[in-house]
Amino acid sequence: MIEGLLNPENFQIFLFYTFSTIMLGASLAVVTMRNSIYSALFLILAFFSAAALWLLLEAEFLALTLILVYVGAVMVLFLFVIMMLDVKVKPKSGMSNYTKVGLLVAAIMGVEMVLLLSKKLVNVLPQDDLVKHIKGHSNVKEVAENLYTQYILPFELASVILLVAIVAAILLTLRRRKDYKHVNPESQVHVKAKENRMKIVKMEPEKGNYIGGDE
Amino acid sequence: MSLIHYLVLAGVLFVISLAGIYINRRNVLILLMSIELMLLAVNINFIAFSSYLNDIQGQVFVFFILTVAAAEAAIGLAILVVIFRQRKSLEVDKLNELEG
Repeated sequence: MIEGLLNPENFQIFLFYTFSTIMLGASLAVVTMRNSIYSALFLILAFFSAAALWLLLEAEFLALTLILVYVGAVMVLFLFVIMMLDVKVKPKSGMSNYTKVGLLVAAIMGVEMVLLLSKKLVNVLPQDDLVKHIKGHSNVKEVAENLYTQYILPFELASVILLVAIVAAILLTLRRRKDYKHVNPESQVHVKAKENRMKIVKMEPEKGNYIGGDE
Repeated sequence: MSLIHYLVLAGVLFVISLAGIYINRRNVLILLMSIELMLLAVNINFIAFSSYLNDIQGQVFVFFILTVAAAEAAIGLAILVVIFRQRKSLEVDKLNELEG
């Protein structure tokens, strides 16, 4: 029994079913939990097991990226927002109409997918196993070679998208204090040297009370 | 292990998150999480095909999807915070001010 499990082929199957069960269970918990904090924590679990599945598919770079970007950044953002907002969700009374429609739509879609996969696509799909790579093959290097040559323009565009996201998120949530004395940068820019900034006043020289000690 | 296992897995995940969008009408936050799950299902499909067809471009696409999804999550949460400040609630049914 143990030896059968330790055989690499069987162990991979065992890992696949373990991680996919965890992932599906966690995602079911995400959509059914009442408390959003539990949902977010289960979503982290789902992402983590998905990363493990991606490792099984030999996509190491993306698996690590998923953990770093999603578990490390996006989910922390979610948790921050949940804890800041203090949302009170009223307990649900039975199944709403939306739930019934949703389950119906999901069931229809599931049946459609099963039909498609079992009847049409199963003969077209590649049946062979994962390609055996030579020793020393690097997934990161392979992704990088594509990303930095053929897809360099989309790569730069992606960084611009992230920049836009930063600016938009900050601008949307920006709140100024009411007594904040700020200068409008636009009016600052439009100041002209001769008209606004300097005013020349013609006047007689004053004979002031000079408080020096020289005279 | 073959490709069909991963495709079925991604399909089930997609269906679960689709049901989640309908079920969670009381909380936009969980709705956003369902969208993230949908994107995850799509990414699993991309990576499975990329690995079994030995074509790395699928993984490059997943990289871009991850980037856009992160940006989407950030902006979505920012909009959510603004909505909550104005309405004190996150129920989908109460956000009907824009209906035509």
